[in-house]
Amino acid sequence: MKAARKRSWLLLACYLVFTLAPIYWMVHMSLRNNLAITSTFAWFPESLSFANYLTIFTDPAWYGGYVNSIIYVALNTILSVTVALPAAYAFSRYSFLGDKHLFFWLLTNRMTPPAVFLLPFFQLYTAIGLMDTHLAVALAHMVFNVPLAVWILEGFMSAVPREIDETAYIDGYSFPRFFVKLFLPLIKAGIGVTAFFCFMFSWVELLLARTLTSVDAKPIAATMTRTVSAAGMDWGTLAAAGVLTIVPGALVIYFVRHYIAKGFAMGRV
Amino acid sequence: MSSARPVNQRAWWFVLPVLISVAFSALVPLMTIVNYSVQDILGPDQAVFVGMEWYQEILRDPDLHGALYRQLIFTAAVLAIEIPLGIALALALPERGWRASLALVLLAMPLLIPWNVVGTIWQIFARGDIGLLGYVLTQLGIDYNYSQHPTDAWVTVLVMDVWHWTPLVALLSYAALRAIPEPFYQAARIDGASRWAVFRHIELPKMRGVLTIALLLRLMDSFMIYTEPFVLTGGGPGTATTFLSQYLTQKAVGQFDLGPAAAFSLVYFLIILLLCFVLYNFMKEQR
Amino acid sequence: MALIDLEDVGHRYAGAADAWALRPMTMTWNDGGAYALLGPSGCGKTTLLNIISGLIAPTRGKVLFDGRDVTTLPPEARNIAQVFQFPVVYDTMTVFDNLAFPLRNRGWDTARLRLRVEEVADILELRADLGRRARALSADQKQKISLGRGLVRPDVAAVLFDEPLTVIDPHLKWLLRRKLKQIHEQLKLSLLYVTHDQTEALTFADQVVVMSQGEMVQIGTPEQLFETPAHRFVGHFIGSPGMNFLPCEWRSGAATLAGVRVETSSKQAPPSGATLSIGVRPEYLELAATPGPNAVPVRIAAIRDQGIQTMVQLEVGASLAWAKLRNAGVALPSTAAFARLPPARCALYADERRVP
Repeated sequence: MKAARKRSWLLLACYLVFTLAPIYWMVHMSLRNNLAITSTFAWFPESLSFANYLTIFTDPAWYGGYVNSIIYVALNTILSVTVALPAAYAFSRYSFLGDKHLFFWLLTNRMTPPAVFLLPFFQLYTAIGLMDTHLAVALAHMVFNVPLAVWILEGFMSAVPREIDETAYIDGYSFPRFFVKLFLPLIKAGIGVTAFFCFMFSWVELLLARTLTSVDAKPIAATMTRTVSAAGMDWGTLAAAGVLTIVPGALVIYFVRHYIAKGFAMGRV
Repeated sequence: MSSARPVNQRAWWFVLPVLISVAFSALVPLMTIVNYSVQDILGPDQAVFVGMEWYQEILRDPDLHGALYRQLIFTAAVLAIEIPLGIALALALPERGWRASLALVLLAMPLLIPWNVVGTIWQIFARGDIGLLGYVLTQLGIDYNYSQHPTDAWVTVLVMDVWHWTPLVALLSYAALRAIPEPFYQAARIDGASRWAVFRHIELPKMRGVLTIALLLRLMDSFMIYTEPFVLTGGGPGTATTFLSQYLTQKAVGQFDLGPAAAFSLVYFLIILLLCFVLYNFMKEQR
Repeated sequence: MALIDLEDVGHRYAGAADAWALRPMTMTWNDGGAYALLGPSGCGKTTLLNIISGLIAPTRGKVLFDGRDVTTLPPEARNIAQVFQFPVVYDTMTVFDNLAFPLRNRGWDTARLRLRVEEVADILELRADLGRRARALSADQKQKISLGRGLVRPDVAAVLFDEPLTVIDPHLKWLLRRKLKQIHEQLKLSLLYVTHDQTEALTFADQVVVMSQGEMVQIGTPEQLFETPAHRFVGHFIGSPGMNFLPCEWRSGAATLAGVRVETSSKQAPPSGATLSIGVRPEYLELAATPGPNAVPVRIAAIRDQGIQTMVQLEVGASLAWAKLRNAGVALPSTAAFARLPPARCALYADERRVP
């Protein structure tokens, strides 16, 4: 057992070095100016300059973009998971007309680049007056997040033996009470990863977010593209923005870690 | 599940919210695409019905064949590396404690960076003169230049994708592993099972549902990959790293040809659909 | 088959430094006995089971199997089998491969292995299903497979059950219970059965260990626990409904309840200063319209006809008690009546304990 654990640590350590190297480089870039980045190599930044971060924090468009992104991403995550839970339960526990086809069809919504939805969404949201709102982006992102959520949740739900549902009914639980108090805790890990992935895919989606918003709900991703100007690419600011975009997601993972890392606990409430 | 699922048509009510939120926003674009794909759009109000002409033209296009070929190899390589690596990482991560939390946060970081920033960072990172990776490789005496050598470009794009997306497989696998009840491991100990037997008979079967999702996701997403390679290599050198998505964009944007672009979108979609369908059924047969 | 000794065994979980999950105890489990560990959630019964099986190493004390110190030995070295709350089977294998798994891991050759597996499958009535995928079976059959993997090893000394009927259909529970009893008689193994269901415990075991809050409250046969609970907790927990406890006083050498002198089966005098009560089971209270020896005045508060029996709620002084009457066409007096406590069926309880 000892040898196996040592190998695990080695693999993990090597991979973490691999994962962190480009991230270190991103931080490294964010602390230098464009000239230095594109001309000289240095293991550490010659001088730690927070100028790029300052640019971001003092520009209201950046700050606003950050907040906007968080709003619609949070909205989308909540909506996607909420809508997906009953559907995943139905797919997992029941058989009904067309269920297999429906299940697979859901995933097909993720098989086209979001670019395909661009024009229709644009027309649709303009028509119903939701352009440039957080809700519009949140709803639009549901197209690819809801299928994902349903699939992941269904996988975790199916691992819970159906006998638990039946025992609960015999014990006198009503369905809502059973679902909330008994069932959901058993699929904690599934909910944790689902929430994180919905967050992540919505957070990094640029095209729809940019197209469906103009001023009020402009996301941070859109402001990233402003880094290309007449003087060329603004590497430093882009790197700083990249560093900052990691923060919310890291927080999300940190908060759901208990859901993901904790084990499956059986037994009656 | 030991017994068959009971038939219950009222389950449709459970599925309704999902249907509404996804269907209307999927059907409309689909209909639009199909509509465009069979017309020649000469101007805002001038469209001529051309039937299958665009489809035939596209399927004969040698550029398409090249892009498709490159795409298939790329996706195969991505799956072959990321799935086993992700599972291995999930097995290597500690079950609980602050070390697990730290590892999860660090592991998840590449996923959170907007894709254009990923490409941009790697652009510098892999440069022989100013980037960490490129510099180290050059110092080691390796002749590495991703903007000039096709092989180097390929490898760089591949490594970038592995760096970017393996955490997805790892996180999904990890969550699936944590959902396995402790008694299974306890019973295996009592039965005298080896570590490999535990993996083969307990962990892998119980991870199968989640692994299917991870596989399908990576299959789809790698097949649609656009931003990262485009930012990193622009599809080059030459067309060495021009994958299917970029080909489509060039056709649609470069040539302002909505008709063929729409037709190709549909073909593209059907290819992915077919691949996923095959893989999905293959995974189900494994039960 | 093993004689299991626990010497001053106690356990605290990491992170709960001041709370005993299992208070230090010393006990011997007889070779070949069928024991039930009965108690509510959190009483420590699963902790005790896991210490015996080796899944937990106790924070203090020693565990001995046939005189051999096994305290630090893991489960696989202890010749025990454990059946959990839900079936633990290897889904991808057939029933045969499931049962053969432990033997294959020990290097048994195929012929010998096959004989043994078929033998165990016969005992469990799984012979017809040997070729099927384990995944396709029902929950009770899967639990049998879990059990079978334990029985298949000839050196198994004890089988430990942790609430094994939890996910079994109610109408199949008794079948499985009966099968367990058959196995006990046939194979003469030590069986330890953890449950919070008194019916399961009382029908399964020769000896029942009642536990509460980390300690053993009483050990005895089901009859002993029913008739002479040593502790108020046992009186409450066992029986449906549990024993009635009526607060009383000690006056001039006898127990006095609602002003009436009551004779009980307790021969000794209670310690002074203790809170006293008389314990009597609802099954043994007799209702009468006229006073008599050992009969206390009561007021009938409620009557519930349950078919084969009638539950009568009584007000005795300031407390409430239940009487369970067999419906033999007994006419119940209206509201005021007397309840007779048969001296042999009631006992005095000082604080929590029975006065002998």
